Amino acid sequence: MLATAPPRPAPPATPQRRRAIGEVLLAVENISLRFGGVRALTDVSFDIRKGEIRAIIGPNGAGKSSMLNVINGFYHPQEGRIVWKGRVLPRMRPHEAAAGGIARTFQNIALFKGMSTLDNIMTGRILKMRASFIEQALWIGRGRSEELRERAFVERLLDFLEITHIRHTPVGKLPYGLQKRVELARALAMEPELLLLDEPMAGMNLEEKEDMCRFILDVNEEFGTTVALIEHDMSVVMDISDRVVVLDYGKLLADGTPDQVRNDPAVIAAYLGVAHG
Amino acid sequence: MIYRETGQFRTSYAEDQAIFRLRQDKIGIAVILAIAWVGIPLLADEYLLRAILIPFLILSVGAIGLNLLLGYCGQISLGTGAFMAIGAYAAYNLALRVPALPLLLDFFLAGLIAAAVGVLFGLPSLRIKGLYLAVATLAAQFFADWAFLRVPWFTNYTPSGSVTAPALDFFGWVVDTPLEKYWLCLAFACLTAILAKNLVRSRIGRSWMAIRDMDIAAEIIGIRPMTAKLSAFAVSSFVAGGAGVLWAFVHLGSWEPLAFSIDMSFRLLFMVIIGGMGSILGSFLGAAFITVLPIFLNQAPALVGIQLSTAMVSHLEFMIFGALIVLFLIWEPHGLARLWQIGKEKMRLWPFPY
Ligand SMILES: Nc1ncnc2c1ncn2[C@@H]1O[C@H](COP(=O)(O)OP(=O)(O)O)[C@@H](O)[C@H]1O
Ligand SMILES: [Mg+2]
Repeated sequence: MLATAPPRPAPPATPQRRRAIGEVLLAVENISLRFGGVRALTDVSFDIRKGEIRAIIGPNGAGKSSMLNVINGFYHPQEGRIVWKGRVLPRMRPHEAAAGGIARTFQNIALFKGMSTLDNIMTGRILKMRASFIEQALWIGRGRSEELRERAFVERLLDFLEITHIRHTPVGKLPYGLQKRVELARALAMEPELLLLDEPMAGMNLEEKEDMCRFILDVNEEFGTTVALIEHDMSVVMDISDRVVVLDYGKLLADGTPDQVRNDPAVIAAYLGVAHG
Repeated sequence: MIYRETGQFRTSYAEDQAIFRLRQDKIGIAVILAIAWVGIPLLADEYLLRAILIPFLILSVGAIGLNLLLGYCGQISLGTGAFMAIGAYAAYNLALRVPALPLLLDFFLAGLIAAAVGVLFGLPSLRIKGLYLAVATLAAQFFADWAFLRVPWFTNYTPSGSVTAPALDFFGWVVDTPLEKYWLCLAFACLTAILAKNLVRSRIGRSWMAIRDMDIAAEIIGIRPMTAKLSAFAVSSFVAGGAGVLWAFVHLGSWEPLAFSIDMSFRLLFMVIIGGMGSILGSFLGAAFITVLPIFLNQAPALVGIQLSTAMVSHLEFMIFGALIVLFLIWEPHGLARLWQIGKEKMRLWPFPY
């Protein structure tokens, strides 16, 4: 079941890309997270290296989303610590993680429904803008020049993700697949060092999945963005990721290259134990 | 096909980001401004200016103030009347106690004072939302009602509690005829609309809308919820405070605390809901509708030969407002402004329905 790989345009991780993988960017160390009696995560440790695509897999309820929420400051673990670029992160809020270079998308799309595609992505540039209140109110100086500069940046992003035709459409009116793409665009607009993607391909048809895979690989290769993604589709995971973390019932089950993980008896047992793959 | 976009290519992002993108819109707004600045002054009589146009313009400003908070930032407020009152009494006391200050500076400082109090009463928004926040902002209303009724210092110890604004002297230009007052209010309304429009198409406006649409997602892209919410309260209260100053100094002349009661807060709320949440144009449409409807109800039945008592008219007014608000909230939360936009889109396609 894990070995089936449908044909897809993107090649698996090339040796050339592997060489670009650098030192540890982020390490989670002995993370334990509880909600009342529910143990969402128990003593989980792994690291994410600069430039790699890191997959987090596991059955539903394994604690994958919780892990991302811990990394970007939504949840605060009872135990353990997070080391970001060699420095232990203090307890932080999500907007501080954003300022530190961590962007993410959500399992359930979290776009600004009342705003256009363009405005949604422009919000991703907020941290790059410095115009004072007066400049914004009078539309002078940086108030105007930054809008134009960031608009040009966002246009390049729209182009890259092939969504220029929907720039003025309110996102609430877009089909699901495109919404996911706009959400990716908004995260990319932040020019993050680490991009966290929570099930970016869930609910997509094959063609949309292939597009999304291509975008993730392109982002990783062209911008050097480190990616950590949660994904259920094993063929996708095996194809695009450099290393895989497997969580089960909040515990770390396995950690290694796709090949190592695929052949791990514990992983096979866990996956045969659940209905979906 | 009167209203069409084809053939109008925007060749730069600057053009695409302009407030009025289409040629038809540019012409439309020029015509409206010409009518407002020149046409109306030539044609309108004193009654029309005094009873309809001046209050309409001032309430439009107030509605823009509330719309920035409610329509753009999604923070409900039932205390707009309070912030208007704070603006009015602050300007009154500044003019009275610091006579050296020019009147325009009094107005500006009064806005800042309203903004500061707005931030204070906006603090609960950091913890609570929706109905609970509405109740918390209601506290601002009760606080203002109480302060201006019971603390005699604010009303300069006048026995009746009623105060009178000083003469409107702007660096030698004394505004006393209805026409001059109309122009003054028009200038303030235009200025407020432009500044508000600039804010909502800038970073700060986008951070408000992001908080409105999904505060969690706003935070992950680096928006500080506290900054966004409190800045919305500050700007909104500043504008409401300004509207309060105009209402007191220009429209009423002399006034009592009752002028800014909860009734006023609700009227502004109705304007925003009926006019269109998240629309500057909608603030004007809502203000126009709510200013004109009572007058229409007063006159129209008489024209067709039906006599209604004053009490009946005011009951009717509330019933119609109530019904409209329910209808708009259910079917068109973006109000008259959205209906206008739909109308424009229809015109764009007309006479071909696709
Ligand atoms: N905010 C929360 N409050 C209570 N329990 C939660 C919360 N978030 C997650 N959990 C629990 O933590 C466990 C892991 O959930 P989650 O991280 O969403 O799993 P996954 O993303 O792997 O499907 C589940 O049992 C879930 O019910
Ligand atoms: Mg999940």
